[in-house]
Amino acid sequence: MSKFEFPPSIKSRPVWGTFEERKGSAFLFIADAEGADAIIDIATPDLMAKAHIIFINRGTDYAEKLRALAPAQFYEGPSYDAALSRIKRVLSDAKMGIQVYLSGTESLMGQAANEATLAGVPLASIQTEHRGSTARRMQCVHCKGFTEDVETDPFQCSHCGLNLFVRDHYSRRLAAYQAVCIDAEDPGNVPPSKGIYE
Amino acid sequence: MTIQFNDETFRDDYSFRNSDWAIKRFPFPFHEDSYMYSVNMEQHRGGPEGSVYEKRFDVDEHYVSEMRDRAKVLDDDPLRCQSLPHMTLAGWDLLELIMVSKSEDYPDLFELHRDGDTWRWVNKPLGIDDTFTFLDETTLPYGPMEYITRQSQGDFAVLDQRENNLWMDAGMITTQADWSLDFDIGMNFFEWHAPVPMAHEMGIFKRALKFLLNIPQGAPARRLNWTMTVNPLLDTSPENYHKWGIQKTTLTPENIGAKQHLRVELQTFYRLPRSNALAFPIRCYLCSFQDLMTMPKWGRRLHRVIKDLPDELATYKGFIDNRPMMLDYLAQFDDGLPTSPGIFPEPETEPPLKTG
Amino acid sequence: MSAPQKAKAGPEEIPVIVSAVVPVTDHVTRFEFTRSDGADFPPFSGGAHTVVSMKDEGRTRLNPYSLMSDPADLSTYAISVRREDDGRGGSLFMHTKVSQGDAMTITYPVTLFSVDQRAKKHVFFAGGIGITPFLSMIGQLEHSNGNWELHYAARTPESAVYADMLLMKFPTKVSVYYSGKGDRIPFGTLLEGQPLGTHTYVCGPARFTEHLRDTATQKGWPASHIHSEEFTAPAPGEPFTVRLCKSDKTITVGEHESLLEAIEREKIDAPFMCRGGSCGQCETRVVSANGEFIHRDHWLDESDAESGTKIMPCVSRFIGSKLELDL
Repeated sequence: MSKFEFPPSIKSRPVWGTFEERKGSAFLFIADAEGADAIIDIATPDLMAKAHIIFINRGTDYAEKLRALAPAQFYEGPSYDAALSRIKRVLSDAKMGIQVYLSGTESLMGQAANEATLAGVPLASIQTEHRGSTARRMQCVHCKGFTEDVETDPFQCSHCGLNLFVRDHYSRRLAAYQAVCIDAEDPGNVPPSKGIYE
Repeated sequence: MTIQFNDETFRDDYSFRNSDWAIKRFPFPFHEDSYMYSVNMEQHRGGPEGSVYEKRFDVDEHYVSEMRDRAKVLDDDPLRCQSLPHMTLAGWDLLELIMVSKSEDYPDLFELHRDGDTWRWVNKPLGIDDTFTFLDETTLPYGPMEYITRQSQGDFAVLDQRENNLWMDAGMITTQADWSLDFDIGMNFFEWHAPVPMAHEMGIFKRALKFLLNIPQGAPARRLNWTMTVNPLLDTSPENYHKWGIQKTTLTPENIGAKQHLRVELQTFYRLPRSNALAFPIRCYLCSFQDLMTMPKWGRRLHRVIKDLPDELATYKGFIDNRPMMLDYLAQFDDGLPTSPGIFPEPETEPPLKTG
Repeated sequence: MSAPQKAKAGPEEIPVIVSAVVPVTDHVTRFEFTRSDGADFPPFSGGAHTVVSMKDEGRTRLNPYSLMSDPADLSTYAISVRREDDGRGGSLFMHTKVSQGDAMTITYPVTLFSVDQRAKKHVFFAGGIGITPFLSMIGQLEHSNGNWELHYAARTPESAVYADMLLMKFPTKVSVYYSGKGDRIPFGTLLEGQPLGTHTYVCGPARFTEHLRDTATQKGWPASHIHSEEFTAPAPGEPFTVRLCKSDKTITVGEHESLLEAIEREKIDAPFMCRGGSCGQCETRVVSANGEFIHRDHWLDESDAESGTKIMPCVSRFIGSKLELDL
């Protein structure tokens, strides 16, 4: 499957990578939906023999393909929230030397990277690879509420209802891009929405 | 000298005013008739008597009212002050730096009595007299950074230094030029400056970072930065932009002289000794256009700088829409005479302006 | 701008009196300082160093040494100096010409090696005299209930400076390995199973440091969590001449002096801080050159080093027919 080419942007915008094999003491994969393809691309029998895969299907049917890779441990769940307690449990046991592989949507990679970082996983031990949807997890800078799967700009905050424009400024700690009121200086004058990458 | 503290507001009725003394010592940020980014750093080791450079942490007539405004901002939104868990030691370093500096520089206003780890801090303008144990958080009503920065004008970012970078890991940010600590906390130097146009391409941030990483203990540095604010509003936060943004549209040719303010940041940089963090105080000074016009040199120069500023910068600083009205106002004072170099106003030698 | 600017390059200086000279082993002596003005020293962070200025028969030697005293006691700064009989003379000067009561000058602390405040645990590896920065780091961590352990390699019990004191004070946290008895630090085993958020620190001979780095990397540790004290003493080399464009002078760098020292000998004010190739303060622009640079610093990245447009005069040298610097 072809990968989306993100346009060049500012320095706070995350740059997603391509998985590479690294030395390590343990290998944790967390992926959602098409993110499964990134695991399939790097999987070798040796790597999978030491791998723990946490897969969030988001309605896709990749699980069987991942199971067929014969990872040491495999989990399938419906959503990130559902998988979170397992992710926390796995990280609570992890030691220095662990390699974390995150693939799929920006929202999944951002939130899982943040969880790993909080547990003490060095940022440099976390690899990412974007696959699938380019929708963004946005934080309203005014009410602080998060709106998931934002595909258009501007959009309406799902919490406070303000009309917000989509910035490329990104916070790792919040795993979200910043959204700011678009009509503060001219209330009611909201341009028509279009796709973020149109 | 004894400072007469103003009783004034930075919101609602905006009763903020600068005295003649405050206008004369305003840190006008343009040393020539044009402006472009530069790594305009110099040593922070005093300056002319009475100037904002003279003391390590300048205290002026707005002190008490600014601290009252900060307390209101924090009541409404405690997220404006945050410190990641590993920054507590840096907070103590900052507390010590400010207490020692202020008690030495303003002995009539602040006192610090140290007996081993038992410290007594007296802040006369704010009526504070607290005794606490240095490095013991349980003996202060707030964390050390919050405690001391509730008593110090200007914003404070505290930057952790590691991996050849600086990390925005703690701060007290309530008088900011439209950036959010809650969003930016944890970012590195390049990330939190990401939204600034042009400067990355010019290599400004790379050079600035190299300089800052090397600031040694005992040798602080400083620079000026600036933007524009309609009304003397200290808290121009992104959080409240949907509330204050509309004020930018209230300018008229009649009120612009009083309402439009040049907003200057005196940024200083101190290496903190125990934590090796970098303290980054960002002190905000506001001055209305009509007050600036009382200094002929500034009157002439401000017009020329604003006229020639690249559109990207006027957009980033948020005044591109108001620039034509600003220029109409400023042009009436600019007689085209040359200006002397440097930022100080020199009212004795500079010929008077045309009067509007 | 009318603000007074600093008159001199380099970190701020502190006049001191040598308050004690204490032999620790055959080769290592501890020097303790108090401030000449009787005040306390500035606070510092564990692992910081100071540059000691030595007036040695007309020439000024400036050597960096780790501060090893307790950061909580600011009445005294202490350093430990190992006598290097084949060195450039600084340590011999300290051992043979410095006595209690002498007046000297040292700089404000400079921190290039410090504990990572985020770490959930600190694992220290010291080789020989490389123990010194860890003494002040341990002092700092002990005051904040830090979680640490130390693995210390020395040749013999007699040469293991401060090992007895460490073993007595921290019997559960300190392990000492004597190579003379065939004991080696088992880096691999020790790095395995460390909890997330552990940082490791190493100070010792270059091979010791490399060994730790290689082992940690093999075990999947990223560079951000492996810290080393990377002091390089200036190495001797063939004399070379250099033209200093701004000062309009041509000088010759002798076999046993560094480029920075030669510049200072000519009374030209060049910036410096660590004098060990790691802080970046003395980075100097090369105006033109014909020859080969011997970059020995840890500061310039590969592209800068290869470009031939920058040099760190504190440790790096040059071989060739022409070198012109922007100084």
